[in-house]
Amino acid sequence: MSAAHALIAALRDPARAGDGDWNGLIAAARAEQLIGSLAYRLEGRDLPEKVEAIMEAARRDSAQARIQALWEAEMTRRALAPLGVPLVLLKGNAFHAAGLDAAIGRSVGDLDILVPKASLEAVEAALIGAGWERLKEADGYDDLYYRRWMHELPPLIHRTRDRMIDVHHTILPETARPKPDAAALIADSVALDPGSPPGAGSGLRILSPPDMIVHAAAHLFADGDLAGGLRNLWDIDRLVRQFVAADPAFWPALAERAQHHQLRRSVALSLRLAARLYGTPVDRQAAGPDRVTDRLFAARLLARNGWGQPVRPALRLAFYIRSHWLRMPPLLLARHLWAKARS
Amino acid sequence: MAGARYVADPEECVRTVALDGLSLLFHRPSGMTHIVAPPAPQILEALRLGPADAGEVVARMRAWYDLEGDEAADAVEARLEELEAAGLVRRT
Amino acid sequence: MKHSLSLQIGPVAFRIGSAWRSPIEALARLYAGYPDPGRVCDFTVRLEPEKPWRRWIRPSVAIQGDYILPDAAPMSLAHGLLAAEMGMNLQMALGQKSHLLLHAASVEKDGRALILTGESGAGKSTLAALLGERGWRLMGDEFALLGLEDGRLRAFPRAISLKNGAITVMEREVAPQRFGPRLDGTPKGAIRHMRPNERALEAMAEPAQPALVLFPRFGEAAAARGVGQAEVFMRLTQASTNYVSLGAAGFEALTGLVGGCPAAAIDYPDTESAIDMVEQLWAEAA
Repeated sequence: MSAAHALIAALRDPARAGDGDWNGLIAAARAEQLIGSLAYRLEGRDLPEKVEAIMEAARRDSAQARIQALWEAEMTRRALAPLGVPLVLLKGNAFHAAGLDAAIGRSVGDLDILVPKASLEAVEAALIGAGWERLKEADGYDDLYYRRWMHELPPLIHRTRDRMIDVHHTILPETARPKPDAAALIADSVALDPGSPPGAGSGLRILSPPDMIVHAAAHLFADGDLAGGLRNLWDIDRLVRQFVAADPAFWPALAERAQHHQLRRSVALSLRLAARLYGTPVDRQAAGPDRVTDRLFAARLLARNGWGQPVRPALRLAFYIRSHWLRMPPLLLARHLWAKARS
Repeated sequence: MAGARYVADPEECVRTVALDGLSLLFHRPSGMTHIVAPPAPQILEALRLGPADAGEVVARMRAWYDLEGDEAADAVEARLEELEAAGLVRRT
Repeated sequence: MKHSLSLQIGPVAFRIGSAWRSPIEALARLYAGYPDPGRVCDFTVRLEPEKPWRRWIRPSVAIQGDYILPDAAPMSLAHGLLAAEMGMNLQMALGQKSHLLLHAASVEKDGRALILTGESGAGKSTLAALLGERGWRLMGDEFALLGLEDGRLRAFPRAISLKNGAITVMEREVAPQRFGPRLDGTPKGAIRHMRPNERALEAMAEPAQPALVLFPRFGEAAAARGVGQAEVFMRLTQASTNYVSLGAAGFEALTGLVGGCPAAAIDYPDTESAIDMVEQLWAEAA
């Protein structure tokens, strides 16, 4: 059993953690950014003293990362409040702000937000007025690349807090084949704590449950070469379990939204992978029939050994090329690789 | 923006330790530490009585401290903007 | 991995894997006499070829592990021992969340700790190494670990990293078998590692109560001045890699340290006068 297999087994069933090699499990969990999630799954279990100390530190670190993530969202809310535009938190920040199960131990990096495309310039100006600045003197090509082809502004960083923000106007690059309906994502988004006083998170929004799954699936396949995919798939497992328990009509709603955003295949594949790796209870109709290639995706996600090293280089390369192909039409890819090679 | 009204987080959100004339503030909602000099701690104290603009803050502070001259309001206004940027106070 | 070794340094256990034999052999020699870690290690460090073929052709060591800097430059295999040390430092700097980590040297006497901190080149490593041979117990030359619950200092007595002039200073003082190989032409010039003495190793699990903080600076006329608590606090947050990520626990530990310890900045022209100043300030603080 590879360390990545041991990791998913421990997340599924904490009683199985440490069957074999704790060092391998911890290294794989850190490499996949799942150490915080694992630490909470193992909370309260009878663990070897050293393992308990490592898990306790991971939980403390997660708790602090959560505070920072929520604070960054709150400062963004304050900066954008005068504009009166809808401000939708995405990914980890949304999970934390809404207190979803997926947030438990979830690491958070940059703050990702979604705003209407028509408000992009005003949002950028307001952020810059409130202490965010361009990451570096963006070189002309990169800046143009972002603005023309990506689904976000070039990243901004806050001058004193040293935290990055990615402002998106949709959830996939404009070059990608599926064209999600960004206006519908925002229209159906859900306000956090609508009744609470200003300053306690009001004004912040998150995607509706079906759209959140659609976005997580799009993010899993379209963003990068499936590196870090185990964590993204764990998000999907946690979200699906919680949404299904809360709403009996969740599956038809998901099917409708996946179709609407042209992401039915990504959603189906991510549901099959979540079921295969994490035992997620999925609706057979939404997940579709198993395909031969599912096995390759699963193998790619589990390509990590007990030293935390990525393994199976040929498979990873294949997925890397595929990921660039997915994101850009071939001619654009050639131009991009040419510009990168010259810089 | 003259006349902006500000509000501060409740006292339990901030842990304060005095260090030779300065105040060390640990702000729990952000997890950040701030080192501030007078009159910043006094402004926060005044704001805890409820939302106020710079003039009202000065009035509250005059009840407790000797404030000299008419520049107090300007100084308080400037400090409020700094505290706002640090996230310790926000506009209502 | 092909070659590996586990090391216990103070409260921290490392697992180091390498694609080559030589860095692991050098580590085993340098760390002879350290206690055996248990089966579970806090951190994993990997020394691996930058590209697969660089295992054999102009071997180039990439420092990998649980926590990494994406832009860390690879090193030549001749400096493999240094790469392993840097890999362990990186885990501490980026991954240590159980203690407040101060980039500081520390020594102990009568259960009380002296903390020496300052910018690189301030000479804290050399001072701590010398004090460690002259009646003090060396706790560490690079990192001091402050307990979050009890405010006491834990030792982290890894091999001392001596640079350039400090190498000859210590070669005059210490038996040759405690030294690692001299590494010339590293990014920081010549480096030679020195194993702490028996006493430092035997007592590495014993914490000490912080009693004095000094900010040494080499190259000026001898002078000492007191440092205000707010300045001490600021300087120590700057010397800590994990203060921010520890949140309230870090704040309580550090304000406790600053409130309970006198502090001074000392300028010194040579190490002997620095030792005299340290002993005098220590006597005054007692």
